Amino acid sequence: MEGTATAAIEARGLVKRYGEREALRGVDFGVNPGEVLAVIGPNGAGKTTLLSILAGISKADEGDVHLPSGDVGWVPQQAALYRRLTVEENLLLFARLERHEDPHASVEEMLVLTGLGERRGEIVARLSGGNQQRVNIAIGLLSRPVVLLLDEPSVGLDPRQRARLWEFISGLAGGGATVIFSTHDIQEAERYGERLLVLADGEALFDGAPAGLREAVRREAPEAADQDFETAFVAFLHHRGH
Amino acid sequence: MRWLLLKDLQILRRSPLQAVLLVAYPVLIALLVGFAISRDSDKPRVAFLNEIPAGSRVSVGQTELPAVEVDQRICRRVDCVDVASREEAIEEVRSGDVLAALILPADLVDQINSLSTPRPGAPQVEVIVNEEDPVKAQLVDDRITSLLAQANLLIARRIANEGGKFLDLVINGGDFEVIGQTVEILGLRASAQILQALRPAVARGGLRKSLDQVVEFTNLSRSNLDVGAVLLSRLTQPIAVDKQVVSGGAPPLDLFAIAVAATLTLTFVVVLLVAGSLALEREENAFARLTRGLVSRSGLLAEKVGLGVAVGVVVTLLMLAGLELFVSLAWERFALWLAAIVGGGAALGAAGAALGAGARDVRAVSLLAFMVSLPIAFLSLIPSGAVGGALYDAIQALTALFPFKPTLRAMTAALDSGGDSIRGPFLHLAALAVAYGLLARFALRRFAVT
Repeated sequence: MEGTATAAIEARGLVKRYGEREALRGVDFGVNPGEVLAVIGPNGAGKTTLLSILAGISKADEGDVHLPSGDVGWVPQQAALYRRLTVEENLLLFARLERHEDPHASVEEMLVLTGLGERRGEIVARLSGGNQQRVNIAIGLLSRPVVLLLDEPSVGLDPRQRARLWEFISGLAGGGATVIFSTHDIQEAERYGERLLVLADGEALFDGAPAGLREAVRREAPEAADQDFETAFVAFLHHRGH
Repeated sequence: MRWLLLKDLQILRRSPLQAVLLVAYPVLIALLVGFAISRDSDKPRVAFLNEIPAGSRVSVGQTELPAVEVDQRICRRVDCVDVASREEAIEEVRSGDVLAALILPADLVDQINSLSTPRPGAPQVEVIVNEEDPVKAQLVDDRITSLLAQANLLIARRIANEGGKFLDLVINGGDFEVIGQTVEILGLRASAQILQALRPAVARGGLRKSLDQVVEFTNLSRSNLDVGAVLLSRLTQPIAVDKQVVSGGAPPLDLFAIAVAATLTLTFVVVLLVAGSLALEREENAFARLTRGLVSRSGLLAEKVGLGVAVGVVVTLLMLAGLELFVSLAWERFALWLAAIVGGGAALGAAGAALGAGARDVRAVSLLAFMVSLPIAFLSLIPSGAVGGALYDAIQALTALFPFKPTLRAMTAALDSGGDSIRGPFLHLAALAVAYGLLARFALRRFAVT
C-alpha cells in the first residue's frame, strides 16, 4: 500500500460480500491530498463497490476507511439526476439540499465551470448522454469537495468533452482536491492517473505509479513489456491468474 | 424537505399525461357519480301497450270496482314508452331502446272478472324481453315480478274490500242494488232480534226448541262473520314487515355513493403517486445521492407521503366540489371531510410507499398498485350476507389490513351528519399509516445502490 501518514483517504482490509460472492477481499490503499488515483480492472473487479464504500453508499463487511473532514463528492457511473427537470433546476435542487449559503450563486459558478451555461434551461432528458454526464459531474462538484470520487466519469463523452473533463479534474487536483476515479480505459488511467490501483476479482494486484506497473509487467510478463500499455496490462492480469 | 416536495411538483407539472389524469380523473368520477345519483335509477324504460277497452272495470259479483287508472299506476314505477302495436313493442325491445315491453291484452278485465264466476279464466299480461344479457334479464324479471305483485295486491285489496262490504250486509243488513232495483237485506243481527221477539209467542215444546236453535245459529254466525271480515282484510297482506336496525345505521344512498367515489379517487391518486414518485428516485439513480447525508430515508418517506396527502386533498376536494353541482353537501362538516381525507391519504400514502420501496421501476410499481388496490376496493364493498359467514370474516380481516375500507368508513362518517363517529376509522387509519410506514422504511434498506 502506498500513501503516507498524512493520506487524505486510507482504507485497510476492506471486505465486501454479496451473499456467497466476495466483491472485495481485504483491499488496502491510501491516497495523498491532491493526488489523482485511477482504479482499474476488468468487469466485476470490485471498482464500483470500492467507490461506493468510500462514498458512504454501502458499508464494508470488514475493514476501515478513513476520510478527511469536509465534503466527499461522488459522481456515480449512471447519471443520478432528474431527467424531467432542467439543468439549472437539478443543480439548484442539490445546492439547496446541500444547504449552500447562496444556492443560485453556486449554480452559476458550476454552470460556468462545466460549460453548461447555454443549456441551463433545457430539460435533462433532451440532452445528449455526454451532456447528461456533465450535469451528473457538476452535481458531484457543487459542494467543492476535498475528495472527489468518480465512477467511470468519461463514459459517453466524446473526445472533446473528455479533454475538458480531465482538464477540469486536473485543475481540481491542482487546487488540492484528492481525486479517485475508476475506468475501463487503460490509456486514460495511464495518462491522467498519478497512481494506479489494479483490482481483479476483489483483490488489489498493484498499487503504484504507471511506470511501476510497466516495471511489474517487465518482471512478470517480459514478452509484453514492450507492447502498448493496455496489452501489457492484460498480460499482467493473465500472469496473475485473472 | 420542502425542496424535494417542490421538485416532485415540478416533475408532476412536466408530465402532462399525469397532470391531466390527476385533474380529469376526479372530474370524470364526479360527473359519473353525479349523473348516477341525480337520475332516478328505479325507472327502467319499458314499452307499454294497453289494449284494454276504455271504460272496462273489474267487478266482483254484480259490483264494479272503482277505476284504478292502470296506465298511471304502472308508469309511476317504470318509464313508459307508449307503443301502438305488439310489433312495435317487439322492435323496441330488440333494438335495446327499452328494457322490456308490457302488453295488457284486450280481454284482461274480462278474464279477471271471470274469477268470481263458476268458470274462472286465467288472466295474463304479456312481457317481451331480450335475454341476451343475463344481468339485464334478471333485472327485467325482478322489475316485472315486482310490478305484477303490486297489481295483484291492488286487485286483491279491492276484492277484499268489496267482500267485506257483502259480509257487513249479511251481518248488519242494508240496501243492495240488483239490476237497477234496490233490495233491502234484513241481516243476521235484525233476524236474531225478530226471532227473539217471536219466542214468547211460540208454545213450549219442539217448535220453541227449534226456534232457539235458529236464534243461536244467527248469533254465532254474526260473531264468526265479524272475525271473517277481519281475516278477509288480512288476506291481501298476511305478513307485514317489522324492520329493526341492530347496527350500522345506513347512510343515505347518495352520500354512500359520494363516499365511495371520493375514497376510490383518493386511493388511486395517492397510492399511485407515492409509489411512483418513490420508485422514480430509484429509476433516476437519485436515491443514493439523496441519502448520502442530504435527506434521511425516513425524511424521504415522509416527503413522499406528504406529497400524496397534499395532492390527494386537492383532488378529492375538487371532486366533492364537482359533485355539489348535483347534490347538496354539508359544507359545515368541512373540517371532518379534511380529517378523513388527510387520515386516509396518510395511510394510503404509507401503503403506496411500501409498494414503491418494494418495486424497481415506475411501470412495475404502477401495475402493482393497480393489482393491489382494485381487488381490495372491490372486496371492501361486499356487504355482509352477500357471501358465506366464514368467507365474509376472511374478507373483513383482509380489507382491514389495507386503508381503503377504513378510509371509506371515515369518509362516510364525515359526510353523513347522522352517521357513526369518525374516531374509530381515524384510529384504524393511524395504525395502518404507522405499520405501512415501518414496512416502507424496512423495504428501503434494499433500495440502495448495489
